[in-house]
Amino acid sequence: MNSNFPLDEAYYKLLEELQAIDFVLVELNLYLDTHPGDSAAIHQFNQFVHKRHELAHQYEKAYGPLINFGRSYSKSPWQWKETPWPWQV
Amino acid sequence: MWLYEKKLQYPVRVGKCDPMMAKLLTEQYGGADGELAAALRYMNQRYAIPDKVIGLLTDIATEEFSHLEMIATMIYKLTKDATPAQMRAAGLGDHYAAHDNALFYNNASGVPWTAAYIQAKGDPIADLYEDIAAEEKARATYQWLIDLTDDVDLQDSLKFLREREVVHSLRFREAVEILKDQQGKKVFY
Repeated sequence: MNSNFPLDEAYYKLLEELQAIDFVLVELNLYLDTHPGDSAAIHQFNQFVHKRHELAHQYEKAYGPLINFGRSYSKSPWQWKETPWPWQV
Repeated sequence: MWLYEKKLQYPVRVGKCDPMMAKLLTEQYGGADGELAAALRYMNQRYAIPDKVIGLLTDIATEEFSHLEMIATMIYKLTKDATPAQMRAAGLGDHYAAHDNALFYNNASGVPWTAAYIQAKGDPIADLYEDIAAEEKARATYQWLIDLTDDVDLQDSLKFLREREVVHSLRFREAVEILKDQQGKKVFY
């Protein structure tokens, strides 16, 4: 597998930061599904949505689009089909 | 609709080529209590469940697909460099004959996945109790898989998945209480 960018320490560090923040969001999302009246948790959720947006932007600028179907921008040539895929890192 | 995000939910690293462990992990790929069964079960039950818990079923089903991808990554990494002889020695000779080193939806004994593993009764309590049981069975399976390997990197990812089953079970239990609570209330028009 040829990766389009070096799979170095900086890449794994940023990827793990994104995975960590997304974990918080998944957890809060499921919690709120059964505790919809917890406004402090909703506030925390929204704060992390904001942080996530910034971090994802930083990641995509360095390593290409995260999400398909127009939720991420692409440089030319088309970046979505580029390696590595998640099971290749 | 669904969107795909090009990253794993949690890192998957493996220490060595180990087709024997890959075979055992297949239990959580295409087995009765595996991630495919979980994802498809919740995704299908949600159409006939009360509105209050549709969001929960949708979200947990979606998370299960990311777990399916993590298990696939483990199996892929543990077998990608295995020779036919190594596959055969690991008990995967019959798998290799049918699939080469490709993944397939079967359990650790090679039995293909079947919809008979899952149910949708149209009865919310029956469905949610099945879901709680499914999470507990998956949690137990992850524990047995952790006990079956000495690869600390693999154990780390498996422990993450085991803990997710605990959280899902808890959320489903809360969903049962939400529905019971609703059931006890008199509705006046």
